[in-house]
Amino acid sequence: MSRIAARFAELKAQGRAAFVPFVTAGDPDFETSRAILDALPGAGADVIELGMPFSDPMADGPAVQASSLRALNAGATMARTMELVRGFRKRDDKTPIVLMGYYNPVHARGAEAFVREAADAGVDGLIIVDLPPEEDAVLLKPAQAAGIDIIRLVTPTTHDARLAKVLNGASGYLYYVSITGVTGTKSFAEDEVKAALARIRKATKLPIAVGFGIRTPAQAAQIARIADAAVVGSAIVNVVAEKQGAGRDAIVASVSELCRALADSIRAESGAKVRA
Amino acid sequence: MNTLPNTLRSGPDATGHFGAYGGRFVAETLMPLLLELEKAYEAAKRDPAFQKELGELLTHYAGRESPLYFAPRLTEHFGGAKIYLKREDLNHTGAHKINNCLGQILLARRMGKTRIIAETGAGSHGVATATVAARFGLPCVVYMGEVDTERQRPNVFRMNLLGATVRPVTSGARTLKDAMNEALRDWVANVEDTFYIIGSAAGPHPYPGMVRDFQLVIGNETKAQMLEQEGKLPDLVVACVGGGSNAIGMFHPFVDDPDVQIHGVEAAGEGVDTPRHAATISKGSPGVLHGSRSYLLQDAEGQVQEAHSISAGLDYPGVGPEHSWLKDIGRVKYFSATDQEALDAFQLLSKLEGIIPALESAHALAHVARVAPTMRKDQSIAICLSGRGDKDVFSVAEALGAKL
Repeated sequence: MSRIAARFAELKAQGRAAFVPFVTAGDPDFETSRAILDALPGAGADVIELGMPFSDPMADGPAVQASSLRALNAGATMARTMELVRGFRKRDDKTPIVLMGYYNPVHARGAEAFVREAADAGVDGLIIVDLPPEEDAVLLKPAQAAGIDIIRLVTPTTHDARLAKVLNGASGYLYYVSITGVTGTKSFAEDEVKAALARIRKATKLPIAVGFGIRTPAQAAQIARIADAAVVGSAIVNVVAEKQGAGRDAIVASVSELCRALADSIRAESGAKVRA
Repeated sequence: MNTLPNTLRSGPDATGHFGAYGGRFVAETLMPLLLELEKAYEAAKRDPAFQKELGELLTHYAGRESPLYFAPRLTEHFGGAKIYLKREDLNHTGAHKINNCLGQILLARRMGKTRIIAETGAGSHGVATATVAARFGLPCVVYMGEVDTERQRPNVFRMNLLGATVRPVTSGARTLKDAMNEALRDWVANVEDTFYIIGSAAGPHPYPGMVRDFQLVIGNETKAQMLEQEGKLPDLVVACVGGGSNAIGMFHPFVDDPDVQIHGVEAAGEGVDTPRHAATISKGSPGVLHGSRSYLLQDAEGQVQEAHSISAGLDYPGVGPEHSWLKDIGRVKYFSATDQEALDAFQLLSKLEGIIPALESAHALAHVARVAPTMRKDQSIAICLSGRGDKDVFSVAEALGAKL
């Protein structure tokens, strides 16, 4: 069983949703990023989404754009992203790591070589934002052969007829984008998300993570009641931005504190989880 | 590729690819919309009522057809092939951009969209979009890199006069690439009511083929006008290439004519061997940006590099996917001209023919200055003069050290 499947099975048995923080690899620098990554499981992360920095993150709002830029300015490369994952894996063999980003840095390495490196480093899943099912065959086959999940995005614009196409080849979990918009810019409407999840669940047994519009512990709890995972990104990388001048320990402590609050809020919903 | 199809004009294929280029590399939120757009465009293309309405607007609103002008003094100056200028600068709004904007806004109306967005570099596409939005009474937001809003102040004012909102983009290098990122972000957030009028033959399928189709009028007219004036096709067709919309519109009707050579001219900025240029095809490598796979200025990590050109309209690190394909199969040859060469050509045409060209178009002229003297006097060259240079007088004055 893959780490992702094992983690969701374990959480299902506990009757609670997963907390999935997103951080950008190498933000604000390599060492701090490593320290953040190491601190996340202890702060309540069930799955980690690790952003691969890109110069032109079209689907991201200002917070994630800035984090990508900080990482690149500090010398982030794909090799260093893999190094972060490899290092993390030596210390934690349970927490799934999903790389999230854009296709061009993957394309530059070659899809097959990239998948090989990712599998060797201990990556469990991939979310390539600008690689819809129409274009991702190039990544899907090598990923499936390497046991890496391709996590597909479902959005409010993904109508029923299209859903089958998105689900065909999807594994690990589904990522439901709770808003029409870029990351960290709007808040979700609970009723709409609930209705969308009900619709998607009719078509798949995959766990569903919800992200793009979740900032606060209260919002995370709302999502935890109706989904299998809540993803928080912009709010976390904003903390990195705010504490940037305060030193490594202060950044790690502040990120951990926010993650702890988000995770606790999600855990408080444990047992109260009602299937939509 | 060993075998080529009988025609080079059949692309893109059903999945939006020109050979290995093109495609739809966008977030899932936009995919259903692109599929819908593709369907709507295919239907419109075959609808005589749509074509008739577009044709009437091109004639009575944009002022087509544009002249093909034989430039006697320029021809004499170069001392070789006869020089013909396809006068897209004489269109309403002063450039070829209006051809495409009229097509897309009619499509937007057909699709029931009520809000228009666009990106712009030099401002020509922004002005053309603001113009058609005003003509049809639709609100319009134009994203423009902050650097470009400074280089092209008159165009910002024009867009405002036309009722459009210009949003200066402060991310990245604050030029065209970043304006396009921002427009895509707006689109993702407003998919229901918004139509994104892309100005280049770039972006995700169906844009590259659709923008090309709306620009074909340039090459189609040129072909007929050459036959009328010269009694034969030109020996060489030349256009500048940024994203490549005027070029693909000019080139496409000639790609199946084996005796016609085709040259695209990119911006070499301060030189293709310096880091400051925009010669995507000459110096870049295949990559994925803004929804399609094409040549791209990027580093070994796949991070997109900043382009540089004195001409804001060519200051783009990508290029339309069909150009990448035409380069690979060898049908079109791509060259470049530096900022200085473009400035020289800008002044030359102004003085010799009384035509102030856009800095973008001046790059095509700069290339012709090199090749025309090597050709025979019974040969001819058709150049796409994609726009007029009024918008550039401030930046040219600055480059020449003149105070305005």
